[in-house]
Amino acid sequence: MYVRDTIAAISTAVGEGGIGIVRISGPASLPIASSIFRAKSNGGLKSHRFSYGDVVSPANGDLVDEAMVVYMKGPNSYTREDVVEIQCHGGTLVVSRILSLALEQGARLAEPGEFTKRAFLNGRIDLVQAEAVMDVISSRTDASLALAQHQREGLLSKRISTVKEGIVYALAYVEALIDFPEDDVDVAVETDVLGKVAPALAELDALIEGFDEGRVLRDGVSVVIAGKPNVGKSSLLNTLLKEKRAIVTSVPGTTRDLIEEVVNINGLPVKLLDTAGIRESEDQVEQEGVRLSLERIPRADLVLFVIDGSSEFGDDDATILQAIGNKSYLVVRNKADLEVNAVLPAACIGPVVAISTLTGDGVPELRNAITNAFMHGHAIDGREFVAVSKARHRDALLKARGSLQSFVANLEAGVNMELLPVDLRDALDAVGEVTGETTADDVLDRIFSSFCIGK
Amino acid sequence: MIVYDKKYDVIVVGAGHAGCEAALAAARMGRPTLMLTINLDAIALMSCNPAIGGLAKGHLVKEIDALGGEMGRNIDATGIQFRVLNTKKGPAVRASRAQADKQLYRLRMKHVMEQQDDLDLKQVEVTGLVIEDGEVVGVDTRGGVRFMGKTVVLTTGTFMRGLIHIGLVNYPGGRAGDLPSIGLSDGLKDYGFDVGRLKTGTPARLDGRTIDFDRLEKQYGDENPIPFSFSTERIEQPQVPCHIAYTNPRSHDIIRSGLDRSPLYAGIIEGIGPRYCPSIEDKVVRFPEKDRHQTFIEPEGRETVEVYPSGMSTSLPIDIQWAFYRSIEGLERVEIMRPAYAIEYDYVNPIQLHASLETKLVRNLYHAGQINGTSGYEEAAAQGLMAGINAALRVQDKDPLVLGRSEAYIGVMIDDLVTLGTKEPYRMFTSRAEYRLLLREDNADLRLREKGHAIGLVQEEVYSSFLAKKELIESELVRLSKERLAPSAAGDDLLEEWGLVGIQNAISYEQLLRRPEFTCQDLSRVYPAILELPEQVREQLEIQIKYQGYIQRQLEQVDRSARLESTKIPDDMDYGTISGLSAEVREKLARFRPDTLGQASRIPGVTPAGITILSIALKARYGR
Repeated sequence: MYVRDTIAAISTAVGEGGIGIVRISGPASLPIASSIFRAKSNGGLKSHRFSYGDVVSPANGDLVDEAMVVYMKGPNSYTREDVVEIQCHGGTLVVSRILSLALEQGARLAEPGEFTKRAFLNGRIDLVQAEAVMDVISSRTDASLALAQHQREGLLSKRISTVKEGIVYALAYVEALIDFPEDDVDVAVETDVLGKVAPALAELDALIEGFDEGRVLRDGVSVVIAGKPNVGKSSLLNTLLKEKRAIVTSVPGTTRDLIEEVVNINGLPVKLLDTAGIRESEDQVEQEGVRLSLERIPRADLVLFVIDGSSEFGDDDATILQAIGNKSYLVVRNKADLEVNAVLPAACIGPVVAISTLTGDGVPELRNAITNAFMHGHAIDGREFVAVSKARHRDALLKARGSLQSFVANLEAGVNMELLPVDLRDALDAVGEVTGETTADDVLDRIFSSFCIGK
Repeated sequence: MIVYDKKYDVIVVGAGHAGCEAALAAARMGRPTLMLTINLDAIALMSCNPAIGGLAKGHLVKEIDALGGEMGRNIDATGIQFRVLNTKKGPAVRASRAQADKQLYRLRMKHVMEQQDDLDLKQVEVTGLVIEDGEVVGVDTRGGVRFMGKTVVLTTGTFMRGLIHIGLVNYPGGRAGDLPSIGLSDGLKDYGFDVGRLKTGTPARLDGRTIDFDRLEKQYGDENPIPFSFSTERIEQPQVPCHIAYTNPRSHDIIRSGLDRSPLYAGIIEGIGPRYCPSIEDKVVRFPEKDRHQTFIEPEGRETVEVYPSGMSTSLPIDIQWAFYRSIEGLERVEIMRPAYAIEYDYVNPIQLHASLETKLVRNLYHAGQINGTSGYEEAAAQGLMAGINAALRVQDKDPLVLGRSEAYIGVMIDDLVTLGTKEPYRMFTSRAEYRLLLREDNADLRLREKGHAIGLVQEEVYSSFLAKKELIESELVRLSKERLAPSAAGDDLLEEWGLVGIQNAISYEQLLRRPEFTCQDLSRVYPAILELPEQVREQLEIQIKYQGYIQRQLEQVDRSARLESTKIPDDMDYGTISGLSAEVREKLARFRPDTLGQASRIPGVTPAGITILSIALKARYGR
């Protein structure tokens, strides 16, 4: 909303293949781009010229991607501000990583439709176009609200409320000491307040670690394909790989060794592991394969539990389901081209995707289900929002952690008490960006419920 | 109705802390002003505690003073104990507080009002507003007289349908000993105002002759009392102490034994009371683990034996009051001179106000003080001042004076009220101000004097001495940044003492002052002339230099939201025709009818996307 700051966003639909574009607009767009982009050509970024080079993390110099970057000096740009567009390889993670870097360098994540809004406010487009933008903003708002709703109900939200609780408590303590010097506010700043902040800080560390897209980018995520023999595990692997790697036969138990392939699914690097058909077997070699398979399930980030939809759900299937336990999993009901006979037991509560490796039906849905599983387990249409909200969250959590660390440092350095809430409020605001909740009255509520105020 | 033949520019209804500031401001701005009150002997009466200031409230008083209001000077002249709170927690949260001589306070204010040109004072009860074409033109009174005025400021305090509770006994009253105002709030309801009910309470007044003060801990004021007003030279009058006493488990048992006759717990009181100022029965019920509660026993004045036990307000029946107060150590023989009571009163939802405090429903009508759901003398006075100023500006066809959240606590308070409304009596806290480090007591004049002068409220001589101070601060800041201490000139001992051994380059005085604990006094060893500067100037130099980083950071935040704050939304904005707004946001905007995009952004439930859409719609419809 603030017209004079610099905003950034992913301006392409996120998905597999093609290119992804991160757009930055505002007075600081050139310095921000220059700090994360190393041009291979001489002279760096020139207005309205493409430059080829590398996007690197200023923090550690890590290469993120190679990219083409174009700088458009205002007013000769879409928003009439200085604009930089970074065109990189398509894919959720690369693009959102670059967006994160831009945010770390001082850009603010653009609101939905904000580039167009700036274009309008700066006289670049007319009213009719602007009206159209309003509708876009409105529909996108609905989508992001739906996502926020999911997140509020989700595990992420629970963990973040732990963080928020700690900050609100600490803030309430400090504010009570400031605003009620003549009341009975019995708080020791160093112990009581720090005691509230330490767990919040630890939880933030854990959350940020989980959000580290850099790690996911380097290492990928592990997906294990599990199922009893001859349900079509190798066919599924081949379908996802789009070429024949594993030997596919109709003799049960053909795949004896673990096959590991890295594949890009909607921009997410996925290590696919095909396991030997899990079944009680006399064959020693096959048994070895089964053992390996059962061993790999616990290490998987996600299990694709493949069943034969045309035959009954049997004891072997039940054994595998049991081995999966509390892991994240998708039920892949294969052979959708045949008659449906499998009835899933009540214990089988994972999302179900029906596919046919023979006809290819349902495979795009499966690919989406796999990536969605890594976006906090919520299958939401509009992957862009998931990606953007991930970048937003990570950015917000980093800010929250930075502020809390600064709070602790200030507390230990013994600065004037009036300065302590500055960092705590920044941290609270940052956490509020994730949960979408306003927190204005929380602190006063906490003060009045914790302390007997009233001189 | 007999129409009074003199026509006024501004009619102020009520003579409490809001009414006094409103009437004085309008009259001082040269507007023929009339103040109407139910009781001329109760002008500026302190109905509750005999004190002015405290955290955030002291800030408000300094701001009132900087704008040309009276409260600061009045307490300086009639205070009997001055203290600065939070001296060790930093300049922004430092706050002034003073015990007042309650009778002197009201007498001096009445005297000031009586000496004021263009101000008439009349004792009468206002029963209704005269409204023509959505515009207020006068007021009707109980005596059958109609007074005509171009603007009206309502400052009704606790008087509208006031209902006093002592135990299960209740009777109509505006304050103990005064009649309530009946009829006015019904009229407001008829005009579409959303009238609600609030509750507050006050402790008993005790006979000081029956208290064993020797057994109580004494609390003295500051040795060197610092005035509230920027134009008060020094405090001359002698200071008196307060005393500290405590309740005990027996007191709490007595209170519990009376809860069945508490109007609060019996459900007779429907109004909502303030959480920060709970009655003693509330404290005992909500914090059962505490075995004692503290009370400051504050003198009501130098010429009276009445004392005020703070924090001990109650609506319990009188027999419980007798037993409870006497259960406190040192108060075993205490006689109650005036019983404690709770009072319920009508207020009007402040979201029906513009930030100028003019109502959105009736043009030229302004509301200030408890009618807006606030509590506290200082909160009331600040609103009264702004309402009086804006009524006077309206008569002159000028734009209203609206203070921003980054400019004054007054701005924070009014913005909170008009954008959030309030469900309990609203009190100012420093934690409500997001730009707290900018809004200090010490710089209230630097923030607001010019505005007060521009509207004609700050007198020329006061203003010129302010300008001299401001220029001195600015020139000294430049000097401190330029003058340097060369290592060679300093001498080894000083370098050693200041931890500067081994520095290569000269260090500026500003850099020295930026160090924690380093004061102007320290700097005087290399720059002796600094001690010749007035104390207030030296204080500014230290604060502005030491806090520069934080101040800069907050200023940047202010800057970022400036555009939102300055974008006005027309009164006739039709939210129904803006495509893209969600139903919830549309409903909120239509109900609150914000004046600016900044206000809109703070309404709970209005999303950033909604603000974006609204800003585009504004631009589209009302041009660039």
